[in-house]
Amino acid sequence: MRAVVWISEDTWEACVDQARAFLPRSAEVTLLHVAPTDLEEMASHPGPRLLGRHPPPPPGPPLRAIADEEAQALLAEAQARFARPAQTVARRGRIEREVVEASGGADLLVLARDGEARLGPKSLGPRTRFALDHAPCQVLLVWPEQPPGIESIPPPPHLR
Amino acid sequence: MSEVVSLAFLAACLAAAVARPRWAPDWAVAAVGAVVLVLVGILSFSGARAALRELGPTVGFLAALLVLADGCRRAGLFDALGAWMAIGSRGLPSRLLAMVFLVAAVTTAVLSLDATVVLLTPVVFATAARLRTNARPHVYACTHLANSASLLLPVSNLTNLLAFRASGLSFARFGGLMALPWLVALAIEWVVLRRSFAGDLRRPATRSIRAVERPELPTFALAVVGLTLAGFVLSSLIGIAPVWIATAGAVVMVARERPAPADLVRAAEPTFLVFVLGLGVVVRAASQHGLSTAVDSILPHGTTLPALLLIAVVSAAVANLLNNLPATLIILPVAAASGSGAVLAMLVGVNVGPNLTYVGSLATLLWRRIVHAHDEETDMAEFTRLGLLTVPVALVACTVALWLALQVV
Repeated sequence: MRAVVWISEDTWEACVDQARAFLPRSAEVTLLHVAPTDLEEMASHPGPRLLGRHPPPPPGPPLRAIADEEAQALLAEAQARFARPAQTVARRGRIEREVVEASGGADLLVLARDGEARLGPKSLGPRTRFALDHAPCQVLLVWPEQPPGIESIPPPPHLR
Repeated sequence: MSEVVSLAFLAACLAAAVARPRWAPDWAVAAVGAVVLVLVGILSFSGARAALRELGPTVGFLAALLVLADGCRRAGLFDALGAWMAIGSRGLPSRLLAMVFLVAAVTTAVLSLDATVVLLTPVVFATAARLRTNARPHVYACTHLANSASLLLPVSNLTNLLAFRASGLSFARFGGLMALPWLVALAIEWVVLRRSFAGDLRRPATRSIRAVERPELPTFALAVVGLTLAGFVLSSLIGIAPVWIATAGAVVMVARERPAPADLVRAAEPTFLVFVLGLGVVVRAASQHGLSTAVDSILPHGTTLPALLLIAVVSAAVANLLNNLPATLIILPVAAASGSGAVLAMLVGVNVGPNLTYVGSLATLLWRRIVHAHDEETDMAEFTRLGLLTVPVALVACTVALWLALQVV
């Protein structure tokens, strides 16, 4: 079995832990991180926002270097926590599209809820929602903390 | 005929600034346009001279502010702010957002929108990345506040600087009248961003903040900025024009930081200064040949609440079509005829309005969509949704706040 585990800043620990708990030892695991290039672009190339201004790039390490370095560090930590053989992949681009693309040849995608801590559609952020809705494989959807109780389900709508 | 020619030159300036072709830099198009309009007699020599005489001090003021902000960067102020935000957040994204709000609002108000966009936003991105938390809420906050927090002072935005002279207000009174609208804009941004990113802001960062180094706070640069600001506020009392106080601040900063001459010139962005001057002359020509009359016919006169609201909405619409700099140059002379209240309402429109799109205007957005038609990175649906949530409400609420301030202050 080939599994892709989506490592994102906020929820990676739960994904790694549940992947360890649910995946057989024989599974071929890829730990995937995606750096959002749209934010990097917004922060490092402000030219189009400022009509007529062509500000020089700020000195110091380019944001791309910081993003790459942090992605590698996060993947290394995830691999250490997983404590089993796993491949690490760092992608760049639009997060949700990259996750879907990376899980193309896989049998299972492991991802975490990243929204509110109660049952219901708001427990998923927009990017996780997209990856879940478009995943071309089986999905293991984990809660980043203890799953909320059944009592946290929203009441039924009063339409009648 | 003169109408068509002057509007064509204005369109060429905007097209060059938006499309940024290598063979026709925007500043050259604006400068050549201004000269040609005078040579062919569409704008009289004295008209051009009057436009330059009006814009000259503003452009000098702008150059001094750019040098001041660059000095702060050189002194390490923004890196220190990044570390301060990281430590102050205690690893909680919601606290980090609050710190980003505070820093972006003050940076924009005191050192201008440009400083927030060019110097602070990269630091905020890096800070969030180092803390290992989603940078999106924080970068969006910077991007939004660069516009909406630029209402407060004449130095917060080039649009304010242009309007400041025409408004006839003192520096302190300008700030006094805009304080309430500024706070209202900040409150709206806070509520919308906090709610929109509630999920992202809930979880603590997964990285210990002990990893953050604490650089020394550049006290000298902070003192220069503080004294310059105090000088601005007291300028009308001591009888010195704010432009000279900004110049003094910039000179002290340069004397301390001693940048290489080439870096100093680059920091003042001479091509941008030329662009502003050229665009100002071209707009003057277009205004004299029909544009002013057209604006006059749609812009309400007076400073009643409905008039102020309409001025803000029309200004926001023009800013979104063309960008806020040309919008200001076009609307300002007409608004100024109705008094300082109308000028400030125009500023609410041109400063808050551009948050609808992340590049500041539909013209720029359309161009980028054409060029990057297959590049998904420019898809900014989420940013636009935030703009739709904040801009209409902020336009109305800030204008009402301005109207209240005009009654009281």
